[in-house]
Amino acid sequence: MRTIHELTDAYRRGETTPSEATDAYLSRIAKLDDKVGAYLTVTADRAHAAARAADERYRRGRPLGPLDGAPITLKDVFCTRGVRTTCASKILESFVPPYDATVVDRLAKAGAVMLGKSNMDEFAMGSSTEHSALRVTRNPWDLTRVPGGSSGGPAAAVAAGLAAGGLGTDTGGSIRQPAAFCGVVGLKPTYGRVSRYGLVAFASSLDHPGPFGLDVTDTARLLGAIAGHDPMDATSIDAPVPDYTAGLEQGVRGLRLGVPDEYFTKGMDAEVEAAVRVAIDVLKGLGATLERVSLPATPHALATYYVIAPAEASSNLARYDGVKYGLRVPGRDLIDMESKTRAAGFGAEVKRRIMLGTYVLSAGYYDAYYGQAQKVRTLVRRDFDAAFARVDLIVAPTTPNVAFRHGEKADPIAMYLNDVFTIPADMSGVPGVSVPCGFTASGLPIGLQLIGRALDEATVLRAARAYERATDWHTRRPELA
Amino acid sequence: MISRDDVAHVARLARLALTDAELERMREQLNAILAHIDALRAVDTTGVEPTSHAVPQFNVMRDDEPRPCFPREDMLANAPDRAGDFFRVPRIIEE
Repeated sequence: MRTIHELTDAYRRGETTPSEATDAYLSRIAKLDDKVGAYLTVTADRAHAAARAADERYRRGRPLGPLDGAPITLKDVFCTRGVRTTCASKILESFVPPYDATVVDRLAKAGAVMLGKSNMDEFAMGSSTEHSALRVTRNPWDLTRVPGGSSGGPAAAVAAGLAAGGLGTDTGGSIRQPAAFCGVVGLKPTYGRVSRYGLVAFASSLDHPGPFGLDVTDTARLLGAIAGHDPMDATSIDAPVPDYTAGLEQGVRGLRLGVPDEYFTKGMDAEVEAAVRVAIDVLKGLGATLERVSLPATPHALATYYVIAPAEASSNLARYDGVKYGLRVPGRDLIDMESKTRAAGFGAEVKRRIMLGTYVLSAGYYDAYYGQAQKVRTLVRRDFDAAFARVDLIVAPTTPNVAFRHGEKADPIAMYLNDVFTIPADMSGVPGVSVPCGFTASGLPIGLQLIGRALDEATVLRAARAYERATDWHTRRPELA
Repeated sequence: MISRDDVAHVARLARLALTDAELERMREQLNAILAHIDALRAVDTTGVEPTSHAVPQFNVMRDDEPRPCFPREDMLANAPDRAGDFFRVPRIIEE
């Protein structure tokens, strides 16, 4: 199983070609994906064609850049022209978009080879991929456990060697949490750093597209390809995109790292806490200075999220009415048709969130719930502002626990609690990465989270790379017979 | 606590045809989630401005110039039901 930078180096040296690598991934998918269940759609013909074009560029000695010929997977939330885009929902099961999302277009122009579309919780609502209406995805480290979510498909695919890299989305932790559960690197960029155009919307003020990689270098390369202003997304930030790989090896000497009291809570997994504390000591040993910080609004972040995200979702998902695309169930009139279509097309979690969102936005409750949640969101942001006046990065666990068993978190609130350490960065829009930092005694991966200032992905990645260079967790791979 | 009638009302607003069993399960689950969320009401937010977006954005303008749009056939290709160049829906206006 090779990283993207190892593969592209091998292409350059003529040791292998994008077509050979693509064939190897496609046969591995054919052989192993029945077990893992990472993919919803495999686009073999397209992949072959894209790989052949990349072969030709390497043959001429003119690759497009650091991703040319890299076989990757996309969470099935990104619109792909001519390739069905389901959001793992029955309501979009046969939807074929007429255009590519900006990130899809940018990856294609960088020469990346799309192997297929990967599984997720329906409409990205969930933390285990169990809410997919279309397929069960299993954690490559232990097939009885979940890969995390909502981007469980791309995380599992990268961990299992069914893609060399991937793209997901993070609304409450949906890149970083599955990255931690699957033992890969996952980065949530700054809000607005990466375009949302062509991303099926869940909660628009919180949705962040971002990359998965086997290591930090690959993750930086993928971010470099997708980041940057997009006139098609009015919330996209018009700021120059640095070369994220340039400063990666600079180390952490002199960086000030904040360790937040609120991210080491009673009830968290003792093995997770121990591994993260050791990882923080590793960073200290590399020359970073540590400082205790407090993010006092953290305990309220989860409740705030479960007002704001469902509110935005209930509005965004109003478009699924059986008229222009997607499922339609006939009814006696328009409202009956819409109500039956949505009842048949959405799964239980999506209905729950639409109901919750509709309720908190309804007359008489708006100020008490939505208005108050938006104010508490300000408090969460101010915590980060205050912390980042003193420190360069915040270091913390990605999740309070490791991958759990399928069916173990049937209670919605138990599932929601998985995201307590990832939600605050989504609400504040600041970038965060999860990198592998150890394993439990039973062999399950643990994730270390590094959170940085807005638009300072470079420092986040640099510290993650320094940690990675000092440890070998990221080189371990699950055994899949 | 929200009642069964409240849940049925919200389901109508959200255009979700729920069965009786779903309505009951939804009532229980929404009450449990709302009990958790209610802790927010105790947070002192006096004088705190609301955040609607993490990154402040103001009106984003572009020149009002005609640009090509998607071909009609592409837009109709996913229609569950169509009549010529139109999306067909159940009758809305009474005869």
